[in-house]
Formats: sequence, structure tokens, C-alpha cells
Amino acid sequence: MAQISYREALNQALKEEMDRDERVFIMGEEVAYFGGAFKVTDGLLAIFGEKRVRDTPISELTIVGAGVGAAMGGIRPIVELMTINFGLLAMDQIVNHAAKIHYMFGGQAKVPMVIRAPQGGGHQLGAQHSQSLEAYFVHCPGVRVVVPATPADAKGLLKTAVRDDNPVIFLEHESLYSVKGEVPEEEFLVPFGKANVARSGSDVTIVSYSKCVYDALRAAEALEEQGIDAEVIDLRTLNPLDLDTVVESVKKTGAAIVVYEGWRTGGAGAEIASQIYEAAFDSLDAPVQRVASIDIPMPYNRHLEAAALPRVEDILRAVEHVV
Amino acid sequence: MALEREKHLAERSLLTLSEGELLELYRLMSLIRRFEDRVAEMYTRGKITGFCHLYAGEEAVAVGAIHALYDKDYVISTYREHGHCLAKGASPDKVMAELFGKATGVSHGRGGSMHLFEGERRFMGGYAIVGGGLPLAAGLGLSIHYKEEPEIVCCFFGDGALPQGAFHETLNLCSLWKLPVVFICENNFYGMGTLTQRAICRPELYRFAEPYNMPGVRVDGMEVLEVYSAVVEAAARAREGHGPSLIEAVTYRFRGHSMSDPGEYRSKREERLWQERDPIKRFRRRLGERKISSAVLDRIDRDVDAMVDDAVRFADESPEPPLSDLAKHVYVD
Repeated sequence: MAQISYREALNQALKEEMDRDERVFIMGEEVAYFGGAFKVTDGLLAIFGEKRVRDTPISELTIVGAGVGAAMGGIRPIVELMTINFGLLAMDQIVNHAAKIHYMFGGQAKVPMVIRAPQGGGHQLGAQHSQSLEAYFVHCPGVRVVVPATPADAKGLLKTAVRDDNPVIFLEHESLYSVKGEVPEEEFLVPFGKANVARSGSDVTIVSYSKCVYDALRAAEALEEQGIDAEVIDLRTLNPLDLDTVVESVKKTGAAIVVYEGWRTGGAGAEIASQIYEAAFDSLDAPVQRVASIDIPMPYNRHLEAAALPRVEDILRAVEHVV
Repeated sequence: MALEREKHLAERSLLTLSEGELLELYRLMSLIRRFEDRVAEMYTRGKITGFCHLYAGEEAVAVGAIHALYDKDYVISTYREHGHCLAKGASPDKVMAELFGKATGVSHGRGGSMHLFEGERRFMGGYAIVGGGLPLAAGLGLSIHYKEEPEIVCCFFGDGALPQGAFHETLNLCSLWKLPVVFICENNFYGMGTLTQRAICRPELYRFAEPYNMPGVRVDGMEVLEVYSAVVEAAARAREGHGPSLIEAVTYRFRGHSMSDPGEYRSKREERLWQERDPIKRFRRRLGERKISSAVLDRIDRDVDAMVDDAVRFADESPEPPLSDLAKHVYVD
């Protein structure tokens, strides 16, 4: 297996899917000549040309809406939003249109599109460029929500997303683009709704996704030194949510922590915690703990930002409450 | 009101369209009017509920525009879309059944009055967010472009959509990429109860085409042939790869914004003046100039009445969608 970065893995997935299906194309701000603001689409213009790698004006609402219309017209858009923060301008097209069209027209129309967007904090980009907004999309029926942590999952899940006939919100973490990992050289897909047990353990279940999976794994290593055997679950997708794997783990460990970078209040982790209570209350020895960003707009200052984001020590402290 | 050129083109259409085509235009306008009258009646009787926005008075816009299209061209519309859906060839039975919320409706009872859809006729839906359909029209245009197909998209929206960002973004994008879209702004002077001049900084809406580098024309939306001939030109331009156009069709809704609006913000005098310009009565007079007798037109009216009666009966007798299907079609399996 080759060691490649999350960014390269995404780039390979795009290239392979565009090779496989002529209907697949990319559009977004700076995706063609600039190669993508985070260089994920780098080199694709040279291979596929302007028709299939299309720069757009700065019009997020209409870029996404045009993607919805194009998908209804029988082609398969991958829309890149430069970051999810700008995606808020497109919420009408995502929530009121993409998510509704299949249902409200009685199943006659479908919207096979992928909306890719980087998100997350940690780069001192301030309040308007550091958000993790997956909860907004998890709240809305009709869109799939994908949050890969590893390069292999980034590739396998993106390929699945392109082949899915539903609108898929594919959220990449800005801190992960340069992270390397083993990625199979042969073709592979990672299915939606199948969590990955990133580390097996018997004392506490740490449920996470996206970049926080790495924090959870670091916490698990520290816990091991204290004699606590943590299991780390990487959900991979939030819609569909693989509750079975989580519940199976909680039944074994009797303790659960949910770690996510969105705001604590109303975050995806709150929903996951709630579902753990509903499905496995009798197995829990202590209340489920949430480790998340604190409820403030992200500050610019390095130390303030670090304190606002969920940290390994926050996870360790949460574990003390449940074990 | 309309430019002389548009009037001239309409005159030519009266001479060049076949009698059969002219009668079909009349039939569709008459069908929509009768359909909407019966919808109002059924709403009052509680058979139709929710929000319901009627198209009576504006028939010449949908009928004239859609007659200028080919069957495989796409039409996309708003929440005031019964007329567009019928003009595009949807079955009155299935449209009425949708308004009744029945399983046999065009959207299987999931959409209602504001969300009609008829994929086989390429009627791509009614959307109830003002301006929401415009970006979708751009996307449909992009799909045509991408597949190198000969179709075009005809996108209807009201004057209320002009101040939305979606309008400006979409016109820019379609013009930039030369997408085959004909934008038809149905200017009925009111965005709900707000007079256009209280919402939009210039009264000549067709002139919003100029900043987006596309042709813009204003037509008399109460004259079906004027709408038709303007759309023929815009459609040809789009089909030949020269990009989008904006047509402002000046029209008037004979009823309130929705069934729950008594329309108290409009004077009786204003309403009467527009009633005198009723597009169906006017077209009857024009057809008289082609020596088409009123007896022929009366027979069409009677046929249309019967068709709408049948539609009401069909809708009333159709089954409710089963509760077991409540969560079907949230996702494509």
C-alpha cells in the first residue's frame, strides 16, 4: 500500500471517478486554473479540460443551485465550496432544494450531486473561517453527511459519494489535507453508514469523526499508560449513522464519550449521545460526556483558539468522569 | 406599453400560425382559467388546503411562452405554477389530484399546489422559495450544454424575485457561460401585497438584462401572441448557442396573492381596468379577425368545462397516499 496524503487521496478519487463516468464534473471557485484553494483539484484541468473542471464566479447560492439543476438534468456534479463557511450562502439551495426535491415531487426527480467543502479550525483564521458546521446538515433529512478522517476513507468515501444518487455533503477537515496514511493501490470503495473501530478497547468508548479521531487516538495512548483501555470509533459518516457499532461498543465498555469539533450546544455529538441513551441506557455506568468546541465565535489569538477547540486533555478529563 | 417591434411580431404570428395552433392557444388559456376557477371553488369547499396561488389573468404568459418551445425543452416555475404545468401538457386530472393531496397527483400528494412536477413533460417543478428556481434553471441549462443537446430551459418567476440575490447571480452565470435559458419575469405589479415600485429601484424590469449583457424585452403579457413571438426569438437565440434572454411580461392576477388574500391593497377601479384587458377575451377578438367563429370557441369552452369537471371527479375519487409510504423517497435507495 502506498503512503499518500488526504489531499492526494481526494485528488485520486476525483480523477478515478471522472475517468469512470463522463457525466461526472467539478465546479467551484478556483477549482480549475488555481487547482483548488486547498489544491485538492490540482492537475485535473490539464487532464479533463474546462468543460469538466469549471471555475465559477463567487456565487455560492447559484453554484450549488446550478449543481442541483445539473443533477436533475442527468449529469453528476461535484461542487466544491471553498470552505463550508461560505456554504452558508447556499443553505437555501441545500436545505430547501437539494434535500427536498426527491421527496416533494414524489420520487420523480433525483439530485445526484456531491458538495465538497473544507471545514474546521486550528489555523488562526478567525470567527468566519474556522467553523465546523456538520450539525446543520445532520439536522436536515434528504442529504447524506460524510466526515472522513483518514486518507483511505477520504478516497473510498468520496468515490462512494460520487456514485450515490442523493445529495452528499462531504466535509473535509482543513488540518488533515497533509496527513498521510496507507491507501490501497487497487480500486476500492468505503460504504456509507459503516463506522471504523480505529482502536479496540474494553474500558471506555470514545466516539468521534473527522480530525478529532486523531485527538481521540492520542488520548487513548495516554490512557493506556494509566491502565485504561479505550476503544475509539470513527463514524466516517453522520448520515447514515452507524449506531449499531457504537451501541455494541458501549455495551462492552459501559462508558461513552463523544468528541467533535462543532460547538458543544446542538452539535452532532449531542445527537449521538442522545441516541446512545435511547439504545444503551442500561449499559452505561455514567452519563455520556461531550468534548467539543466551546460556544464562542472562534478568536484569532493562537492561545485563545487552542483553548476554544477540543483538546486531548479535555478528552482525558472527560474519561475521568466516566471510568 | 410594449415596444412597437413586439406588437409587429405578434401581428405576424396571428397571420402565420395555423388555425389549429391558434385554437390550441385558446383552448389552453380557457382550460387554465376554468381550472383555476374550479380550484378556488374546491378550496372554499375545503377539498384543497394549504397555500394556493391562482394564475387567473396571467394565462397568456404561460400559454404563449410554452407554445414557443419544443416538447423536450424544460420549464421550471414558482409556487404560482398550475398554469405552466398544464400548458406544458400535464394531465388536468393529475394536477387537480395533487391539489387534493391524492396518491394519483403529479407529485403523489407530497407536493401540493406549490410543488407540481411532471418529469415526462419536462415540467421541472414549482418552487416556493422566491427566486429559488433560477439557479436550478442555470443548472438544467448547464446539463444541456454539457450533453451537447439541442434543448433550452424556460424559467418563469415573478417580479418579486428580482431583488433576490439568486436572480442576479443566475443571470450573471448564465450570461457568462452562454447557457440556453429564457428568463420570463411575470410582472403582475405586486410581490404579495407590495407594489413593485416599493420593492425594486427601477420600474422597467426588462432593463435588468442590460447589466448582465443579454437582450431584454418587455411584452404585453395579456396578449398571448406577443408573448409567443418574443419567446420564439429568445428560444432561437438560446438554441443557437448565443445564451440567455430576459423577457418581462406585464400582466395582472385577477385574484389575491393566495386564496387567503382578499387583495385589499388594490383598488376596485384598478382591478376593473385590468379585467377589461382579460387575455382570453382579447384573444377571442383577435381570433375573430382570423374569421374564427365564436361558436367554435364556445365549443372549446364547453369541452374544457367537461375536462375540468372530470378532473375534479378524478381527484375526489382518488385514494389518499398510504401512511406506510410516509418516509418513502426521502433518499434514493
